[in-house]
Amino acid sequence: METMKIHDVTANDLPWKIRYDASRCTLCGSCTAACSFRAIAPKVERRRLVWSESEYPEPKSRYSAVPVIRQVKSIKNYCRGCGICEKVCPNDAIGPVRNLDTRHPIVTRCLAGDSIKRGGRKNLEATVRTLDKLRVGRISQMTDPSLDAQRHTFDMLAPFGRILPPGKLPFKVGADGRLEKDGQAPPVHWIYPVVIGDMSIGALSWRMWEGVAMATAYLNEQCGLPVRMCSGEGGVPVRLLKSRFLKYMILQIASGHFGWNRIVKAMPEMIEDPAGVLIKIGQGAKPGDGGLLQSQKVAPHIQAIRGVPKADLLSPPNHQGLYSIEESVQKMFLSFNAAFKFRVPVAIKVAASATSVSVFNNLVRDPYNIVGGFFLDGIDGGTGAAHEVSLDHTGHPIVSKLRDCYLAATTQGRQGQIPLWAAGGLGKTGDLAADAFKMICLGANGVFTGKLILQMAGCVGNDMGRCNACNTGLCPAGITTQEPALAHRLDPEKVAQNIVNYFLAMDQELKKLMAPIGNSSLPVGRSDALVSTDKAVAERLQIQYVC
Amino acid sequence: MCRIGAIKSSDYVHPSQALLLMQSQQKGHDNSGFAMVMHDLGGIFKNYKHLPTLSLACTDEGLKLAEDILHEAGFSRVLQWVPETFHRPGLDINAMPNYVFETFNYPKQFRNASPKEKEDLLLDMRLQLRFALEEGDQGYVYSFWPDVVTLKEIGDPRDIGTYFNLWQPDDHFTAKVITAQCRQNTNYDIVRYAAHPFFLQGYTALANGENTFYLKNKEFQRKLHRGYIGFESDSQCFLYTLHYVHRELGWPLPYYKHVITPLPFEEVERREDRDELLAIRQSLTHLEINGPNTIIGVLPDNTLFTCCDAKKLRPVVVGRSDKMVVISSEVCGINEILPERDWQEDIYPNEREIVMIGQDLEVQRWRQ
Ligand code: SF4
Ligand code: SF4
Repeated sequence: METMKIHDVTANDLPWKIRYDASRCTLCGSCTAACSFRAIAPKVERRRLVWSESEYPEPKSRYSAVPVIRQVKSIKNYCRGCGICEKVCPNDAIGPVRNLDTRHPIVTRCLAGDSIKRGGRKNLEATVRTLDKLRVGRISQMTDPSLDAQRHTFDMLAPFGRILPPGKLPFKVGADGRLEKDGQAPPVHWIYPVVIGDMSIGALSWRMWEGVAMATAYLNEQCGLPVRMCSGEGGVPVRLLKSRFLKYMILQIASGHFGWNRIVKAMPEMIEDPAGVLIKIGQGAKPGDGGLLQSQKVAPHIQAIRGVPKADLLSPPNHQGLYSIEESVQKMFLSFNAAFKFRVPVAIKVAASATSVSVFNNLVRDPYNIVGGFFLDGIDGGTGAAHEVSLDHTGHPIVSKLRDCYLAATTQGRQGQIPLWAAGGLGKTGDLAADAFKMICLGANGVFTGKLILQMAGCVGNDMGRCNACNTGLCPAGITTQEPALAHRLDPEKVAQNIVNYFLAMDQELKKLMAPIGNSSLPVGRSDALVSTDKAVAERLQIQYVC
Repeated sequence: MCRIGAIKSSDYVHPSQALLLMQSQQKGHDNSGFAMVMHDLGGIFKNYKHLPTLSLACTDEGLKLAEDILHEAGFSRVLQWVPETFHRPGLDINAMPNYVFETFNYPKQFRNASPKEKEDLLLDMRLQLRFALEEGDQGYVYSFWPDVVTLKEIGDPRDIGTYFNLWQPDDHFTAKVITAQCRQNTNYDIVRYAAHPFFLQGYTALANGENTFYLKNKEFQRKLHRGYIGFESDSQCFLYTLHYVHRELGWPLPYYKHVITPLPFEEVERREDRDELLAIRQSLTHLEINGPNTIIGVLPDNTLFTCCDAKKLRPVVVGRSDKMVVISSEVCGINEILPERDWQEDIYPNEREIVMIGQDLEVQRWRQ
């Protein structure tokens, strides 16, 4: 008998165990070939077979070498539970099973002396979300008829850009009694109230990014939905910068300022203005933390777009030199506004936190009217890579924070002047329309979503620790990888088709929610349309409590 | 349903006309109240058009309180009219002890003040009175403005008419513009202030419908102007928006419609004034109304107008003769007081227009 070594890693220490049925396995090799993490491998076992042929037991035995598939017991190549093996197995011989007794968080840290990093999802607190405790409770009836979602027209657009208070509109009354514009106003674009959230071309595979960009163009040009997509940090392919599709893109500048060189250089050749500029200060999935693009994912085209060598690219948690809202942020806003000749709205994205309302108040009161949108990102969202400890243990849920910002604006009579956009786990249950609608009733002008887009493309990860390997560059679905073999698993056309179809369904559903409350334009701030059966939630959000 | 009506006439008319106009639509309301605002007064008020008249329903104590406050502020009374009331058992009316219409001269220091200063003073005084009388339910101050009186009561409109002897035409209580509504509030509590028409600084508005953007409107209006208070009814928002757009922002009346029922984006894109319309929609999105409504309004120069929600979910009709224009929820109301008119000339305003009755009763229709 071998000596037992207590510190050996076994399958029982890992988050997932492989269920394998040798009797069904034909050893086709599909699963081992498909597992991008190399978490399973062929192995030969010595098997003993005992049989008897006579009337009385007369055991004979035979030894043979049998090839089987086994789980790799390693903290590097551990199984992520992605289920790709199960997907490819023709005989249902293999699949991952969640291991409730996992020692992974301890073993990994002990053996590697390094913190655990993974794709951005909060994996704690799998409780009922606040949004699911809200219902649309105000239904128009006889004296106040509801609308017909099929027959009526709906004005489902949200502003992106700084909105002037009515008294400051540059108007004068002309000779014929008509208002005439008399001066400048900040640029405002009316766009679809669901923006495809910022996922960078480094984080996503180029095929994924292409699929999303295609979907955006198709939604705009064929479906009449002015959906905008945010580039995420790290620049944009030059061809896109010089194309007419730029008008559907919100360019992001995050703390690493990656890729901006190329954007600035391409400016003289841009034939369209971008849809907006988004200055990312923080992200809900890892508030107070910067981006983490590990060198595995820094492929040659990423190096070219960002102008960097193949190395880990760690964005700092803040824009270096941007410490005060009053001065430096303003400077930054001004320079971006000026760069695009004041024709492109410039917005800011911050992580929902205990201090976001103060930031918002600062911006709302800014006399120069420069901030064209407040993107508030809460926990539960996020796709990028970060340290697990940040993902799971920092941040703030989005619902009450968004509500706080809206009510802060209301108290000052300035609601709507900086459009509020919110995200963070919206669409987590698959129903983005319902989540978006409730957020709008609570005061959001619109929402943005990233993770759900991955889900539409075929991401197999979830919030209970499945996959979440977006940081490794080994995404089994080809979504967040730059490995050509893996990326080719993803069909960009299919990605685009799925996104387009999802948006069309969601658009229908949004109307299905607007119709019963009798609204043909977005019910921003119509919290009277919501009720909650949870008293604490009702009180906190200032909506009606029902029981 | 609420029923609303308005009369604008080249001769002075007695409120009995308004009662007749409303009474014929009785099937459409629930006999829970009657209220009216009279602009451009005749009769006993005719010679005091430039001086503010207080319309007050109150207890004895409330009256004393109100008069003391006004006297202290330097106002001096020049006319008092306490309508004779006729109570008899069986009348369905929930009356206050006193109804008082008093005309005052401005305090000395304000006599040469600018119109704006005077108007602000009148508003502040009314608000002060309202707050003072609110305590202990001592009274209701409906208006304090030159050439305007307001009456609101809870009960059956027919009995209210009987109680105030308003069925009996005479020529000492008349006006050229009268707006009226039957029915008390149904959305919220029954509060005297909640009855239409609502009045603020020369503007009157009344509505039939339901403002589904009430919360948005209210939250926004609260911060816009000190006079935007109360919100006992979702229809008050229509008045405040009218006041804000026309008086505070100084925009011509057609823009009221653009604010409350903005054109769909698709249509705006095709308009020459696209930039202005988009800017209005952006900045005033919280004053938009959504939901079924017909609104009647009066401007300080006694212009009368009506408009509807963007889907035309509530009825309204405008009838006219040489001497009178009548707006009413139902045509039977107009038939009652203008039986001789050419009914083919009646206007049924559509969802995208304002029908405006200006000086000399000329009627204009503006497409939005
Ligand atoms: S579940 Fe995924 S990671 Fe685990 S063995 Fe199968 S393919 Fe590999
Ligand atoms: S499938 Fe890809 S994108 Fe989804 S969680 Fe796994 S690694 Fe991330």
